[in-house]
Amino acid sequence: MMDLDRWREIATLLQQHKLRTLLTAFGVFWGIFMLVVLLGMGRSLERGVIATFGGHKNTVFVWSAGPTQIPYRGMGKYRRIRLTEGDRDALLAIPEMGLFTSVNELGGWQASQYIIRGQNSGTFSTRGMEPDGMPIGGFIVQEGRGLNALDYSERRKVAVIGHAVQDILFEKGEQPIGQYLKIAGVNFRVIGVFKSLSTGENAREDAERILIPNSSLRHTYNQTAWIGHFQFTPQPGHDATTLENKVLNLLRERHRVHPDDTGVFGVYNAQVNFHRVQGLFSAIRVFSWVVAIGTIIAGVVGVGNIMLIVVKERTREIGVRKALGASSRQIIGTVVQESLVLTILAGYSGLVAGVFVLEFISSFVTSMSGTDMFGKADIDFGVAVMALAALIISGTLAALLPASKAARVDPIVALQDE
Amino acid sequence: MITLKGIHKSYGERDRRLHVLKGIDLSVAPGEMVAIMGSSGSGKSTLLNLLGLLDHADEGEYLLDGKEVGRLTENQAAAMRNRKLGFVFQAFNLLPFKNAVENVALPLYYQKVGRRERNKRAEHFLELVGLSERRLHKPNELSGGQKQRVAIARALVTDPAILLADEPTGALDSQTTDDIMDLFKQVHGMGKALVIVTHEADIAAQTERTITLKDGRIATDTAHEPAHVSA
Repeated sequence: MMDLDRWREIATLLQQHKLRTLLTAFGVFWGIFMLVVLLGMGRSLERGVIATFGGHKNTVFVWSAGPTQIPYRGMGKYRRIRLTEGDRDALLAIPEMGLFTSVNELGGWQASQYIIRGQNSGTFSTRGMEPDGMPIGGFIVQEGRGLNALDYSERRKVAVIGHAVQDILFEKGEQPIGQYLKIAGVNFRVIGVFKSLSTGENAREDAERILIPNSSLRHTYNQTAWIGHFQFTPQPGHDATTLENKVLNLLRERHRVHPDDTGVFGVYNAQVNFHRVQGLFSAIRVFSWVVAIGTIIAGVVGVGNIMLIVVKERTREIGVRKALGASSRQIIGTVVQESLVLTILAGYSGLVAGVFVLEFISSFVTSMSGTDMFGKADIDFGVAVMALAALIISGTLAALLPASKAARVDPIVALQDE
Repeated sequence: MITLKGIHKSYGERDRRLHVLKGIDLSVAPGEMVAIMGSSGSGKSTLLNLLGLLDHADEGEYLLDGKEVGRLTENQAAAMRNRKLGFVFQAFNLLPFKNAVENVALPLYYQKVGRRERNKRAEHFLELVGLSERRLHKPNELSGGQKQRVAIARALVTDPAILLADEPTGALDSQTTDDIMDLFKQVHGMGKALVIVTHEADIAAQTERTITLKDGRIATDTAHEPAHVSA
C-alpha cells in the first residue's frame, strides 16, 4: 500500500543521505543511459545502411558478364551471351516472379547524354525500364505520374525525371509536366518527377536520372537486339535466392551455357547482402544489451548494497514497526518500495537523458546532409518498456536480500539496541 | 483479560542455559493498573516481552481475552499486538523522520486505515495527551516528556485493551515523571488495563497492584490503594 505519507517518507529518507543516494542512483542511471544510447546509435547506423539499399531489399540483378569458358552441347568457348526479348518473356513466365523489369541505358551502362530543353541543357543519364522498375528501384513519384503499362506497350516517348534534372532544365516554379526534353535528338514529354529512396551518393545519381519506357529506349536508339540487365523480386513469401537460381538455370538452358560456367551471368542479390547487414546489426544489438545489462547489474548490486546498509542502520526502526504490528510482508514491502523508487527514478532519468542525447545526435546527423551511414537515432517504445520492466525486476531483486534481512529483525533485540 | 499459567522461559545453549522465568502464574483483570518490579535480571523485561507477544514462552499457557496466544505465528502475533496491545518504551522509539501525527498514526497504517482517517484519529489522541499544538513537530523538536506523550498517544490510537509500558519514566526528570504518571492514570480512567515495568518504588506505589519478581518467580503480589502525588 503506497499512500502520500509513504511517498513523503521515502522522499525524506532518500534526501537524508543525498550524496549516497545520488552515487547509488548513478550506477543504474548509467546502465540505462548506455542501453538507450547504444541501441539508438545502433538503430541509427542500421537505418542509414539499410537506406543505402534503396527500394526493394530482395531485388536480384542479372546481366551478361563474360564469355563462356566451357564448351557445351555443341557450342564452343568464348561466346558472349546477349540477354534478349525472348529471355524477358521466359523469365516473366516463372510463377514465383514478382516485380520485374528489363533495363537498358542510353549509350551503355552509367553513360550520360547531353539533354536539351529550350535554352537549358545538362548532362544526365537516361534509363529505360518497365513500370515495375519504379518500385524496384525505389523511385517515388512526387509530381505527375510514373511509367505505366501503356507507356511500355505503345513505346510512348514519355519521361519521368529526377529532381536535379528538374532544377537544371526548368526555371524555378516552372511546371515541368507536359514539357518536352530532347534526348539524343528525340523529343520526350515529361510526365512526372520522382524522388529516390536511396541516400547519399546513390540518391545524387538518381536525382540526375531520366526514366523512360525501355521499349521506347530500345526501339528509338537501336538497342532492340539486346537487353542490358534484368531486375526482379520474388513474389511475397518466396525466397530471392531460390528465384535467382531458377532464373540462372533458365538462362543457361536457353543460351546453352554449362551449369558450371559461373562467369557468364553476373548476379547481384540484394537479399544476401541485406541479410548479412541485418545479421551484423542483430549482433550489434545483442552486444549493446550485454554491455548495458552488465552495467545495470553493477548498478543494481550497488543499490542492493546500500539497501543492506540502510536495513542495518534502521534495525531499531524496523523493530519499532514490528512491535507496532507490521507483518513481515509489510516490512519487506517497505524495503522493496524504497529500492524500487530509487531504481526506477534513476533508471527513468537515464532513459530520459539517453533519449535527449539521441535527439541531439539525430538533429546533428540530419543537419549534416552527406552522412549516409547514420539515419534517425531513436529507440523503440518496446525497448523503453523492456528497459522499464528490467528496472522493476532488478529493483526488486536488489531489495530481496536486504528485505529478507529486515523481515528477520527480532524486535526484542532491535529495541534493546541503544 | 490476561492469564499466564506456569510460564517458563530460558535463553542460551544447553550447558549455558539461563532459566529466566520459572513458572509464572499471573492474571490481570480488565482496567487493572499493575506495576511489575524487580532488580535487574529478575526477569521483568522477559515477562513484558512475553506479555507483549514479542517472544514465546517455552512452557505454559498465555490467554489473552480468553484466547490462547502463546503459539501464534510471527504475523499473527504482529496483528494481535497491533489490535490488542499498546506499547510505551523507555526510549520512546518514535520514528525520527516522521512528525508527531505521523508517528501516532503509524499503527493504523498497519491496519490499512486510510490516510485521512488515520490522521484524524491521530490528532484526536494528540489532543488527549495535550500536544495538539506540536502535532507537526518532529521528535527532535520535542522534549523528553513530550516525546513520551506522543508515544502514549501512539499506544492508544488503535484503542487497545492493554497498555504495556517498559520503564516509561526511566528517561525523564521527576516533574515530567509525575506528568506522565498523571497521564497514565487518565488512561486508566478510560478503562484500559496498564502493566508498567519499573524499578522505581514511587511509580509502583501509584498503581493498584505491585508484583515483585525475584529470580524468575513472583515473590510478592500485593494489591494496594494508589498513592496520590501532588502535581
